[in-house]
Amino acid sequence: MPERLPDSALSEPLTSDAVFHEAPAEVVADALVAEPGGVAGEVEGALKRRLGVAFWIAVGWLVLITLLAIFAPVLPLDDPDAVGSGGKWEGTSGEHWLGTDNLGRDVMSRTIHGARVSLVVGFAAVAGGLVVGGFLGLVAGFKGGWFERIVIALADILLSFPALILALAIVTFLGRDMWKIVLALGILSIAPITRLSRANTLQWSQREFVLAARTLGANNRRILFREVLPNVLMPMASLALIGVAIVIVAEGTLSFLNVGIDDAISWGKLVFEGKDSLEQAPHVAFVPAGAMFLTVLALNFAGDRLRAHYDVREGLL
Amino acid sequence: MSSGHDAAERSYDLPTDAPLLEVDGVKTHFRTERGVVRAVDGVSFRLERGKTLGVVGESGSGKSVLSRSIMGLLPRHNVIRDGSIRFEGREIANLSTKQMQEFWGTQMAMVFQDPMTSLNPVMKVGRQITESLQYHLDVSKDFARDTAEALLASVGIPEPRRRLNEFPHQMSGGMRQRVTIAIALACGPKLLFADEPTTALDVTVQAQILDLLASQQRERFMAMILVTHDLGVVAGRADDIAVMYAGRIVEKAPTRVLFTEMRHPYSEALLKSIPKLADPSHTRLQAIGGRPPDLVNPPPGCKFAPRCPYAQPQCREEEPPLVEHGTSGHEFACWFPVGTPEGREALARNQAAGSAPLAGTAAGA
Repeated sequence: MPERLPDSALSEPLTSDAVFHEAPAEVVADALVAEPGGVAGEVEGALKRRLGVAFWIAVGWLVLITLLAIFAPVLPLDDPDAVGSGGKWEGTSGEHWLGTDNLGRDVMSRTIHGARVSLVVGFAAVAGGLVVGGFLGLVAGFKGGWFERIVIALADILLSFPALILALAIVTFLGRDMWKIVLALGILSIAPITRLSRANTLQWSQREFVLAARTLGANNRRILFREVLPNVLMPMASLALIGVAIVIVAEGTLSFLNVGIDDAISWGKLVFEGKDSLEQAPHVAFVPAGAMFLTVLALNFAGDRLRAHYDVREGLL
Repeated sequence: MSSGHDAAERSYDLPTDAPLLEVDGVKTHFRTERGVVRAVDGVSFRLERGKTLGVVGESGSGKSVLSRSIMGLLPRHNVIRDGSIRFEGREIANLSTKQMQEFWGTQMAMVFQDPMTSLNPVMKVGRQITESLQYHLDVSKDFARDTAEALLASVGIPEPRRRLNEFPHQMSGGMRQRVTIAIALACGPKLLFADEPTTALDVTVQAQILDLLASQQRERFMAMILVTHDLGVVAGRADDIAVMYAGRIVEKAPTRVLFTEMRHPYSEALLKSIPKLADPSHTRLQAIGGRPPDLVNPPPGCKFAPRCPYAQPQCREEEPPLVEHGTSGHEFACWFPVGTPEGREALARNQAAGSAPLAGTAAGA
């Protein structure tokens, strides 16, 4: 079978010392990585391309809105609470780019300051949910037994409550400042994250490399945090972005029902305030609603693309 | 390897006269909803330092469960275990997972079948090697890294320093299996389990990996249990071969003896199922008819009888014991062994009656 020879030389040229002596080191190195490196490089390149322009636009919007929110206090914006800095329900002008509301406050400034609260609530609630739910799911999926049964039963109970009613109950009980809203929405996000994290853990802890780590003497904690967690983290992180989008909308809903944050402005609250003047000055409600819409869309889109990205990589492995 | 500071704890590191591994009547049964699965049902053997035992059998014969039983890797729930496993004279069959942890990695290690799944996809190769080194041998980070580089070089990976910083998906299957071998060898185990180490690999790479295992074994004076379904894989590489069927060893002998005086019909059937280079093309592969027995309700008598061309009424009623014949350490469990007058007579009787399940196959014997 002479035609088999090049084949075998390609797949494992590593043991033949002859190759090393005949060619300069760089050439050999390139030849050696050609097969594995080439394939992996191509795949990664394809993935980058497949993330697409839309993905980068979404990321661009998120970066922009985040930067605006962070630097809102130092930007040359009107005081969002300065009553009468313009006339009532003014339209777009050089002074107020996106007009003013019923008390003459600058809508753009209020929207950007509202982003601070909306984004913080969204990310903080999901981060809290990730830490608690992710950990519970990880341990439940890995250990199994009674612990898993209890955790899953609790998650099911939490999930079977209508989310909004539960949030209303928590907020009514605790109060309405920002961190209490974060707490309420964070608690809501624990159950779905727990289930997801458990499902991912189950899948990954069956992999042979986990058993391999065990045969090398790794204990449970080590296996859980060094072998399983990093693998679970990637798909979880992309799903968390979608979770942030859901929480931002949920916070908006609470605010719109006038049970949201009472000591700061958020997008939901701005929409709530603008709803009475929809006929006279629709921009007062639509500008913050649009900001929320674009942000949620961007989060969903980016999260979805990333999830697909990791699915593909998993398939390749 | 005995680093001194914990010599007291590692009293089992001291050389003893006991063989490296003695396995005596090991049984591993799983409780399932259907009943008790007798995956390993009374297996005994001994393995000396630096020697290789080939464990051969088809899927479901219990060979993988056997190696996992010896390593103590099976879950504790719903597993019924029995028998004795002595590692350097120390009984390890009843040790807890925690106690076994001091054996894993430093005393015994395992190479798995599929290098695609036995490496952590999100951890750099170097980290995967150095981790166990730092954990077990308590060496510095730099030292561990140098050792890892040397290990990669020794398993035939060029440019090891650069490879340390790569992820598994950047490597080919053969390379990954080399890495898993490097990881298994990192802490200098005395016993290496290789569970079908070449099954998932390209044919052209298989021989290289087996040669690598053999050379590493020689250099390190390490014993190896090579589990495979392919008699061809162990033929030139094992010192002894144990053929397993339905959770038991049916024939065991030094490799040379096994191939010259094969006695068990199952071993014979396995050997015949290997395609031969000398055969003209389009020769039909000689498969073993039927399927392995149900391990929940195994038939009485010899488990291989329903598929055996030599089977007689006695085989279906009485289970033959594994008995040593002669002085060469050749053991087999058969009432009508291949190549003996009884066996030939039994085969002739079956062929005359037209009832031999493998009549066509066996006629060539």
